[in-house]
Amino acid sequence: MKSILRRAVLAGAALLLPAFAHATDVRIMWYNDGNEGEVMRDLLDRFEKANPDIKVILDQVPYKAINETLPQLVSSGQAPDMARITDLGGQADYYLDLAPLLKDRGYWDKNFASVLPWTRPAGNTSGIFSLPTQVTVTMPIVNETLFQQAGIALPGPKATWQEWATAARAVAAKTGAAIPIAMDRSGHRVAGPAISMGAKYFDGDTPVLVDDGLKAMAKLIYDWHRDGTMSKQIWGSVGGTAYRGANEEFANGQVVLYFSGNWQFPQFAKTIGDAFDWHGVNTPCGPAGCTGMPGGAHLVAYKTTKNPQAVARVLDYIASEAVYEEYHARTLFLTAHAGLMAKGIAYRTEMPQVKKSLAAAAANAAALSPTAYKLQGYLRNRIMFNALIVRLNQAIAGEMSLDDAFARMTSDFADGLKAAGVR
Amino acid sequence: MIRFLTRRRGSARADWTDWFARIYLVIGLLVMFGPVAWLALSSFKTQTALQEFPPSLLPMGQKQVALPGTERPLPVFLVPRPDGTAVERVMVRRVGLEGQFVDPADPDRRIERARLTAVTPVRELHFAIENYIEPLKQFNFARFLGNSLFVTIVSTAITLLINAMCAFALSKYEFRGRDGIFIFILSTLMIPITVVLVPAFLIVTGMGLGNSLWGVILPPAATPTGVFLLRQYMLTIPDELMDAARMDHASEWRLFWRIILPLAAPALAVLAIFSVVWRWNDFLWPLIVLNRQENFTLQLGLAAFQGELQTQWHYLLAMTVVTLLPVTLVFAFLQKYITTGIASSGMK
Amino acid sequence: MSALGRLIDAPFEAVQRAIGAARMPYVFVAPNLLVFGIFVAAPMILNVWYAVTGGIQLMPGERPYVGASNFAELLDCDTFGVIASCRQDRFWRAVANTAWFVAFQVVGLVAVSLVTALILNRRMPWRGFFRAVFFYPVLLSPVVVALIWKWVLQPDGVLNALIVAGGGARVPFLLDPSWAFSWTVVISIWAHMGFYTLILLAGLQAIPADLYEAAEMDGTAHGRVFWRITLPLLMPNMVVVLVLGLIRAVQSFDEIFVLTGGGPGTATQYIVQYIYETAFANQTHILGLAAAASILVGGVLMVLTLLQLAATAWSKGGGVGR
Repeated sequence: MKSILRRAVLAGAALLLPAFAHATDVRIMWYNDGNEGEVMRDLLDRFEKANPDIKVILDQVPYKAINETLPQLVSSGQAPDMARITDLGGQADYYLDLAPLLKDRGYWDKNFASVLPWTRPAGNTSGIFSLPTQVTVTMPIVNETLFQQAGIALPGPKATWQEWATAARAVAAKTGAAIPIAMDRSGHRVAGPAISMGAKYFDGDTPVLVDDGLKAMAKLIYDWHRDGTMSKQIWGSVGGTAYRGANEEFANGQVVLYFSGNWQFPQFAKTIGDAFDWHGVNTPCGPAGCTGMPGGAHLVAYKTTKNPQAVARVLDYIASEAVYEEYHARTLFLTAHAGLMAKGIAYRTEMPQVKKSLAAAAANAAALSPTAYKLQGYLRNRIMFNALIVRLNQAIAGEMSLDDAFARMTSDFADGLKAAGVR
Repeated sequence: MIRFLTRRRGSARADWTDWFARIYLVIGLLVMFGPVAWLALSSFKTQTALQEFPPSLLPMGQKQVALPGTERPLPVFLVPRPDGTAVERVMVRRVGLEGQFVDPADPDRRIERARLTAVTPVRELHFAIENYIEPLKQFNFARFLGNSLFVTIVSTAITLLINAMCAFALSKYEFRGRDGIFIFILSTLMIPITVVLVPAFLIVTGMGLGNSLWGVILPPAATPTGVFLLRQYMLTIPDELMDAARMDHASEWRLFWRIILPLAAPALAVLAIFSVVWRWNDFLWPLIVLNRQENFTLQLGLAAFQGELQTQWHYLLAMTVVTLLPVTLVFAFLQKYITTGIASSGMK
Repeated sequence: MSALGRLIDAPFEAVQRAIGAARMPYVFVAPNLLVFGIFVAAPMILNVWYAVTGGIQLMPGERPYVGASNFAELLDCDTFGVIASCRQDRFWRAVANTAWFVAFQVVGLVAVSLVTALILNRRMPWRGFFRAVFFYPVLLSPVVVALIWKWVLQPDGVLNALIVAGGGARVPFLLDPSWAFSWTVVISIWAHMGFYTLILLAGLQAIPADLYEAAEMDGTAHGRVFWRITLPLLMPNMVVVLVLGLIRAVQSFDEIFVLTGGGPGTATQYIVQYIYETAFANQTHILGLAAAASILVGGVLMVLTLLQLAATAWSKGGGVGR
């Protein structure tokens, strides 16, 4: 006991002492899905060596803290210097405009043009408010070994959702796989397929959640849960707005086609490895296209920071091409950096499954529909996503009809906007 | 049934009520402890083994062999021979549904081919102790442990002292407002802390206790349960003891500190155990108050394995077991106070 | 300890000399009330302010006063008693779920705790060990409780593995609304019964043995002994168990939320989860609505508790007992 205490005290002292020796602390509130915190820490260690006047503290917190605590901190004026966030536009009014602080804003404008609008407050068209730390694209991942065992060819690049469903059902029937199609339980995941089916999400600039396209996709998902194409195991096992993935079922070889996103690759490389052939494929199509949704996490700085200069220097360092490439190569993340996209990132993996998947993800990312980008950039998109997932799920659980669910989605969204003060 | 329900002491011969009690106890042991044991065993499984179905009781993994010249260990399978026997072979490559196998003992590494459906993986006991080692390296768990210990010990000490003082006044004095104070304290049991998180957060940060361990220690210190428990117990202590001491000109504080407090030891022990458990396990409140990693408690450090899209179950389970150890040990040493303490605390 | 004692004695004795012994009780309750007032009572008062203000602003000063409209929104139903017709249908679903949950959980909790306490009160080998066993889950944090049961109940979990090994088909424990609901009741009892068992055990041990001996000599039937001696004398402890059990059951949240998230559908969404999600988890934090709901719940709880206490007082006076 004594030695534990002593060690704790020593560890505390070790943490505190350098803080006194340094001039400036920069704090980043950061959550992890995989090894990115480890990689980032490693890169920051190098930065600190080159810049002894700045100490970067990476507070690795639960995602729950990012989602639930951070907004309270920000609105009560106690934000950290920086944070890695996923609700990109949610608190845009509090973000620090980095444009005047960065060494070379041209580099940022050139390379991050496609994603910078996502973190701009309403009405701002030129500020730089964030650096993407992870780009995601929602897309399907298939278990090709199951297709081979069933002797059924993978549907081609322009195959529709219905064709994929038919093929997946046939494969599952022949191989005994339990779940033909699985999709993460998330409104964001449904959005891409819905746009493919014709959902517009906007009427001009007015956001509209329920239209014929969205109804068509919702009906497909509803029917698939009825006929066993999709398993209630995924969507049915939690309630409310809770997220639920099917990664464990997929890794166990129970799922033929899993609609999730590129963030699954690093984990699958570990949990599945070479046990079967899995890889990302082109997004299935609907009458209006073949799109997924872009997304990701960004690093933002807050206006309340006492050290904007130091913050900008840290961000300049992370964004610099060599560092930024290493970060992505080691985390197996996709990038939004135009220069790196054109050049290609030398991902540090030997697995053919991962390489194939990353290539498919890059292709899917390049083919996203403009509606998908517009929706991702819409400040209140989470109200839409949550309304959709809560109500569609209640319909699937048999608590209400699909039509009632659509009516509730519309009213939930309107209530949400009203509560958020949007007229 | 009624017969055994009404009995206070068992008689010498074993009748069916004894058998019922025994069966109940054995089932109880399984139901109460089984799930915890399962968690502990699972924490030694690899990320892959955790996702297997059917799950194995003991942490099993596929046997792996490191061949000279290969980067990482390769999996071992039982490959059937034409004569019906099977031999252990290392899979060096997988091509579609077919595997390429070699005999690890064969220096030439002649490749044999076999359909994957025909071979079975060789499994062996494998304790994934890296689940424990990696997070300890990656995070400053000693620091988290220190914070948790500090919060738990200081908070429990404060809770015991101020709850006991309050309970002493409420049970041993007649004064204006006494019943009002008691009812006021008890009535707050009705509102769970979860629903006043936001205003409580504003008050704590407004006092400058945000990101401070004191912000976690102070707010829950004045527990209604503690006051209630101690008051009930102190009511059973005869007032004559105090009267005798007053004759000797003892101050009111000395009556409390020297006479009542020692006599209330069993109830204090019970409250101490509850307080330790509550503060050690706190999650939601520290999550809101503490957001700098050097202030994290164990429960917060643990939750950091849960990301937006992924949860690193293997680390989470292992570190959960680590957090369970101290409370289990404290409990093992103090359990006789729990049972006798509550028993004699006169909870009525 | 005694040196420390003398050190603390001095200031308190000085205070007593200054204000007199009669006012000392206020000094004793002061620290507790101070902490209590700042960190418990003040937030509750602020909570009332949140309930009568609107918008999504966090700072109380920036929130516009809206009167009772948050309460009105919660209570706004087209047809009385039809959940689907209510504006906040999820609130009412949560209320209905909670009512059912409380009914089953409290009855189950009292029954299981009573049987366990009676058994643990018998003279037997390893009594201390078994008391510890039934108490152990009380030590676990809600997150750990959820984690443990997730590992047991999920489709790939150990319970399904046992069923499959026994030749059965997998049961979707957490996917079927009534299964999931039943399991939340079971898990809640599992996690909390140790505490209530001990309270009852304390009561059983306080019953004088000679009462039983006298009954035995009179040849009283055992059933009568249980109903006439054990139960009436256990009544004070039963009241504690009922009151605390009811309050805690209505407030059930953490372990169930982590395990099911309220699903499938809204089958296990209880009232505190509704409040929590409204205030925290969704993108727009609708604090006013959440605060209003919490005040409604607190009020209902208060009424229920008073009813319970009144009922026990009546039964004592009405001669159901002795």
